[in-house]
Amino acid sequence: MTMTRINRRAFLQVTALAGGGFMLGLYTKAGTALAQGPPRMAPLVPADFIRIDPNGIVTLTAKNTEIGQNVLNTLPMLIAEELDVDWKDVKIIRADADNKYGPQFTGGSSATPMNWEPMRQVGAAGRHMLIAAAANTWGVTASECSTASGRVHHKASNRSSGYGELASKAATMPVPDLRSVKLKDPKDYKIIGTSTISVETKDILTGKPIFGIDVSVPGMLYAVFQRTPVLGGKAVSANLDAIKALKGVKHAFIVEGRPLRNDYPNYLFEDPGFESGVAIVADSWWAAKSAREKLEVKWDFGKWGAQDSAENAKKAQELSRQSAARTLRQDGDVEAIFKHDDIKIIESSYVIPFIAHGTMEPQNCTAHYKDGKLEIWATSQIPQTGRTMVARLLGLPESDVTVHLLRGGGGFGRRAYNDLMLDAAWISKTVGAPVKLIWSREDDIQHDYYRCGGFQYLKGAVDKGGKLVAWHDHFVGYGEGTAFAHDGGFNANEFPARYVPNYRVQSTVMPLGLKTGALRAPYSNCTAWVIQSFIDELAHAAGRDPVQFRLDLLTTTPLPLAAREAGLDASRMMGVIKLAAEKSGWGKRQLPKGTAMGVAFHFSHRGYFAEVAEVAVDSNKKIKVNKVWVAGDIGSHIINPSSAEAQAQGAVIDGLSEMTQEITLKNGRVVQSNYHEHPMLRMSQAPPQIEVHFLKTNNPPTGLGEPALPPILPAVCNAIFTATGERIRTMPITKQGFSFA
Amino acid sequence: MIRLKVNGKNHRFNGDPNMPLLWFLRDEIDLKGTKYGCGMGLCGACTVHVNGRPARACLTPVSAAANAAVTTIEGVSPDGSHPVQVAWEELDVPQCGYCQAGQIMSACALLSSKPKPTDADIDTAMNGNLCRCGTYLRVRAAVHKAAELTAANRTRPAKPAAKASSARTTRNGGNK
Repeated sequence: MTMTRINRRAFLQVTALAGGGFMLGLYTKAGTALAQGPPRMAPLVPADFIRIDPNGIVTLTAKNTEIGQNVLNTLPMLIAEELDVDWKDVKIIRADADNKYGPQFTGGSSATPMNWEPMRQVGAAGRHMLIAAAANTWGVTASECSTASGRVHHKASNRSSGYGELASKAATMPVPDLRSVKLKDPKDYKIIGTSTISVETKDILTGKPIFGIDVSVPGMLYAVFQRTPVLGGKAVSANLDAIKALKGVKHAFIVEGRPLRNDYPNYLFEDPGFESGVAIVADSWWAAKSAREKLEVKWDFGKWGAQDSAENAKKAQELSRQSAARTLRQDGDVEAIFKHDDIKIIESSYVIPFIAHGTMEPQNCTAHYKDGKLEIWATSQIPQTGRTMVARLLGLPESDVTVHLLRGGGGFGRRAYNDLMLDAAWISKTVGAPVKLIWSREDDIQHDYYRCGGFQYLKGAVDKGGKLVAWHDHFVGYGEGTAFAHDGGFNANEFPARYVPNYRVQSTVMPLGLKTGALRAPYSNCTAWVIQSFIDELAHAAGRDPVQFRLDLLTTTPLPLAAREAGLDASRMMGVIKLAAEKSGWGKRQLPKGTAMGVAFHFSHRGYFAEVAEVAVDSNKKIKVNKVWVAGDIGSHIINPSSAEAQAQGAVIDGLSEMTQEITLKNGRVVQSNYHEHPMLRMSQAPPQIEVHFLKTNNPPTGLGEPALPPILPAVCNAIFTATGERIRTMPITKQGFSFA
Repeated sequence: MIRLKVNGKNHRFNGDPNMPLLWFLRDEIDLKGTKYGCGMGLCGACTVHVNGRPARACLTPVSAAANAAVTTIEGVSPDGSHPVQVAWEELDVPQCGYCQAGQIMSACALLSSKPKPTDADIDTAMNGNLCRCGTYLRVRAAVHKAAELTAANRTRPAKPAAKASSARTTRNGGNK
């Protein structure tokens, strides 16, 4: 079978259609439906994914990067199911970055929707070839043969053969057309829908070196890299001789970097940035890090050296009072409605901070440049793009760049950016040795692709019957001209668009000298908070129950979808709202004073999620989230139930952490440096119970890394309002004096 | 010359006595199970035992561990059969797994001083161990489970029975 060239860009764009919210990093212009039609994928070859040893052990290749979502199991489970083997007989190996596997794109909760069909087809094709081999050997027709637990059976003659015995012959059988190969009836699934523990769990529990940071290469040196603390700055000179004289230091040099584009490129696919700084390479990481403490650099900070978050906030206030630069969507006439005197008008402004990823494993990458060839060990979420970028930087053909994928200690979107690959490759080439570049936690917090901040100025109206009749939003964000910074935009088609007859979303941007990017449920992770909080404000203004107000909104006949516009399916959303309300005993439980429940929902990454939080607030504004109920609809099958529950529970805790985080700029630099200034929830602060319920509906299975996160922030804030009468409109919650107990 | 024992094995170190134990373990004697997370004792990913007590290896100069007995995740058991590891596997605790060595070391230390901890005991003992993936609920449940397994082990040998099935694994690409 010949390979056709993958049009990766076209494929990735297609995956965004009907996604709801925005897929990670595929979002360049707000409100653009990115593409349409079925995914185009190069034909996959079963042999690239399946190896069967004579003893019947089946080795499956896991194509995506493991960052904690258990994708190392998920995708091979799909193959194993259709191959019809027992999971106990399966071994799994990690793929290198290679186009033969199709897109190895780990982000946007896309592993399941992108691979649900192709991985099952690969398994089914393998099974088809094994049956063909058996039928050929026995002189019977393939249709008389069946399979079970890694064996082909021919009932009529009472013969059977293990896959191991058939493997070498099967490899010579014609590869069937993957699109027409017959797939199992889902009622016969044995692996899909059964919890499997990660193939690397035992290694994790015994401390085996499986993470990117654990890589060892013979002759390897260790590097630290002091990047410019101000975006676009340049290292002019440094005390390099003094540094080189320090114990253990082998090299110290200035990296010129590359002039930064000033139009907010899509850092994922166009340019992750190759910034200026000073590299120190030593025989141990500790020696390199210690030497860095003596480093003195003269910088030219360029145009962003005076940037200040407080100034940006002031400017946003001013801009909010001026007419908006751009109207993103307009239905009906909001201004006419606001002039009526028989309506209730609510006006609110919400402040969204920048936040950092802070993955537990600090960013790192190991590179070995030798004789014109480059070998990389990375934890990249988009490794094929990384390889292209690094090949371009070093002027190598892509075929001379090998990228090995290691387990990443958390991704959350940060490892989608391949900047560390560029840095490590450049340093290795410069010193002519294999180099492991490890960032300190401070580097990690201060040189991120941050979740973009912004300011939302909302005005809504409910009529006498308690119905939402007008919705206006002026989003003041960051960008250039009228274009938004990367992943810093606003989707004007977000609910309640189409469900409110008079609806308008406008935007204005101000310049920003900071890289922004995708962070778990990009854009949704803050938008849901604003929208679902404001809907709650309107429900209370209307004197309506917050659940019923939402259900009534969703029952409204929506305006039709525009061409290429993706919208939510109201019936699926109402399904999860009702489930969350039912499981939580919404409106039916007597709660003590200071304790209340809040509800919120959000559609993103093709997933439908509603969450209810029960929250207690004491007189010192200390918050305890007693319990959370999560109801989700991600289609017909939950591939790995244990991992699915873990993803949803983790998303809730992650979302709560975000309520305490903020990245600010002073003198052009990020102020926060480590976990004490950019905290995350600790065990005692986590809700003691997070109940996760899935509503299985007749829809293709979709991903779960992200969509369970967005509703938790508004659900908790809505509960806090009911408990205290105080509405949280500025994140982090500490700005209004709240904190987790 | 600093002498110390790690997982029962004697080691000598002639380098920088201020080097944190973390980097000695990882880069000098190639025990990569102990993880670097923050370098400030904020996250607990580097937790090891020094003379049986939990310590943050990122803040412990190797000189402070001179003549001490250090236990790392690699020393908990060679095959993952310690009740804490068994419980962790049974309840499918790890997500990305990066913080889990530290979580396990803290849990082992807790259980050796409090064989039957309450939720509050667990929160207190484990609060220094951050998990970015949010595995806290399963960590707490697994500490209780490990306590049960340990108690049961006193009367009969433990049978690790994983609830979820587990395939075998090999690695490629990485550590050639």
